[in-house]
Amino acid sequence: MKNKAWKPWALLSPSLTAVFLLLVVPVCFVVVYSFWLRSPTGQDIPAFQLGNYAKFFEDFFYPSILLNTLRVAIETVFLCLVLGYIPAYFFYKTESRFKPFLMILVMLPFWISFIIRTLSWINILGDSGLINHLLIKFNVINSPLPMLYNEGAVIMGLLQYLLPFMILNIYVSLDGIDKSLAEAAKSLGCTEWQAFREVTLPLSLPGVSAGSLLVFVLTCGTYLPPMILGGPGNEMIANLIFKRVVGTLDWPFGSAISTILMLLLMIIVYTYNRYMGINQIFKTLSSK
Amino acid sequence: MDVLYRKVGEKMVLKQEKNPAFVKFKGIEKRFGKILAVKKMDLEIPEGSLVTLLGPSGCGKTTLLRMLAGLEEPTSGDIYINGKRVNDTPIHKRNLGIIFQNYALFPHKTIFENVAFGLKYRNVPKSAIKDKVEKALETVRLPGVGNRMPSQLSGGQQQRIALARAIVIEPDVLLMDEPLSALDENLREDMRREIDNLQQELGVTTIFVTHDQREALSMSDKVVVMKDGFVQQEGEPEEVYNNSANHFVADFLGHSNFLNCTVAEKSDQFLRVTLEDDTALFAVPSGEFKSNDKAEIVIRAQKFKLGYQADYVEEQDMNAFFGKIVDRSYMGGEVSYFVELKSKQVLHAINFVKRTPYRRGDEVFMKVAYANCRLLKIDEKR
Repeated sequence: MKNKAWKPWALLSPSLTAVFLLLVVPVCFVVVYSFWLRSPTGQDIPAFQLGNYAKFFEDFFYPSILLNTLRVAIETVFLCLVLGYIPAYFFYKTESRFKPFLMILVMLPFWISFIIRTLSWINILGDSGLINHLLIKFNVINSPLPMLYNEGAVIMGLLQYLLPFMILNIYVSLDGIDKSLAEAAKSLGCTEWQAFREVTLPLSLPGVSAGSLLVFVLTCGTYLPPMILGGPGNEMIANLIFKRVVGTLDWPFGSAISTILMLLLMIIVYTYNRYMGINQIFKTLSSK
Repeated sequence: MDVLYRKVGEKMVLKQEKNPAFVKFKGIEKRFGKILAVKKMDLEIPEGSLVTLLGPSGCGKTTLLRMLAGLEEPTSGDIYINGKRVNDTPIHKRNLGIIFQNYALFPHKTIFENVAFGLKYRNVPKSAIKDKVEKALETVRLPGVGNRMPSQLSGGQQQRIALARAIVIEPDVLLMDEPLSALDENLREDMRREIDNLQQELGVTTIFVTHDQREALSMSDKVVVMKDGFVQQEGEPEEVYNNSANHFVADFLGHSNFLNCTVAEKSDQFLRVTLEDDTALFAVPSGEFKSNDKAEIVIRAQKFKLGYQADYVEEQDMNAFFGKIVDRSYMGGEVSYFVELKSKQVLHAINFVKRTPYRRGDEVFMKVAYANCRLLKIDEKR
């Protein structure tokens, strides 16, 4: 056969099968479940009705949690950007022989369980945690500062989880930028800062945009930091789903919330792609 | 007064008078950790000339250029441009045009924006920028590409845009770091001539870094041959090629043969020397030699005249070698012959192709004029 177009598909088929069976099929189940009925005795009855969706939008309680999730996600993205760009830029610039070691430090958290990392913040931020303990010991304060079980603690937990994703995304983008571009800009009259603004920053935007999207989507779907580090008012949408499905075994309603979140994220990703261009990332990678 | 004179440092000099040390390196040294990349170097570059820094990789040529550009800081020593010490001047205030090996065009900016970049930072008004950019694009023979992106141009075209971007700011010195090495052979030849012509037209002092001896010899007013952070020789291309100062320069430029010998005695303008197998030869000395000094003879591969041994006739002022052709390689216009002497040393000769080229195994003589045999001191450092 002359046409070799089937070859890549043959190579992709194992992963496509896995993705289909382990992701697409379960997601379809979730969507189907979201239309089912739950009887007062707690039985799931196959049906096709929109009652679960109506329940979500019945009053402001559930949508407000969704909005809260989006707000926290945007805040997290912004903080990750600021805190992630700096180390990424440092890695790009440095010629230190410790660079590989420092890069490993960035990836080190991936080797430790997410739950343990999140729990460890209790020992740092808690009333008898490290910070309060030291502040009281050195007589800076008299009673412990309430640093745990609020939104700040949740965002802190999210940051420690998501920062490596942001750093690595930005770094990969920066690493593809020829350093002589900034040198050329400087030779043409730019200061260090102007050269960064004119050349390095715009060329690193694909990484910034990819990292931001990743952090945003991951934040929207996470439930551990709010569960462990948040207070009653810091619930995020994933906590709600978790409670419905695992707590009250209300699969139909939990599925409906999941479907709403999924649709919302799809719309956001699609719009983001339209205007920010995720394609741009692939373009920069393939032109190298 | 202003018309005739201009300021060079603290002095006033005649305008048409060229500054012989427009760019000056004084005792310049650069250390990277334990490695000394440039060692106590002094170098003067005349105004309006094209000077190449030539040498193998790691010889310090690029480091020297980057120090002049302000991209590296010298460990010690001073750099002057037009009489002014620039060590502490940051790169963006040095007014230099730099052309990088990979062109370094801004991929996210149009060609117009690329060329206009330096003007924007020199606060040139918008209307003037437009005129200057158009003129620069015409100078590099690429008018009308302003709206395109760099990726839409070929390598040679990108190189010209890089050139336009560097000259549009009217730099004091144009620095080029191996600008042709990314181009393919034929294009390189064209660009070389183009850069040469453009440089002469603009009269801008240009420093050109290369490891390609043909580039260096064909376009420079002055060649600076470097090795291990030292200047080995500087001079006009003909001077450096024909009167190479040492073994390294003679070996690096073109194809040279080296023969170890002992100085016998002086006779007229030539020195008589003997090879290890007691063959007597005559050579032109470079420097002072005493009897019994160990020395080496350098002979360019192109200077040999070949013939069949049967046809050999002695000629005046010509050294002769006899041997057998052990290898040859055809290179289009000329042929490289490798001739093994009785002493087992193999000499390399390059001759234009005759109707019947010599074959492997042919017994030949090689004649070379005394004047083309140069006697060099044995370089202790080598």
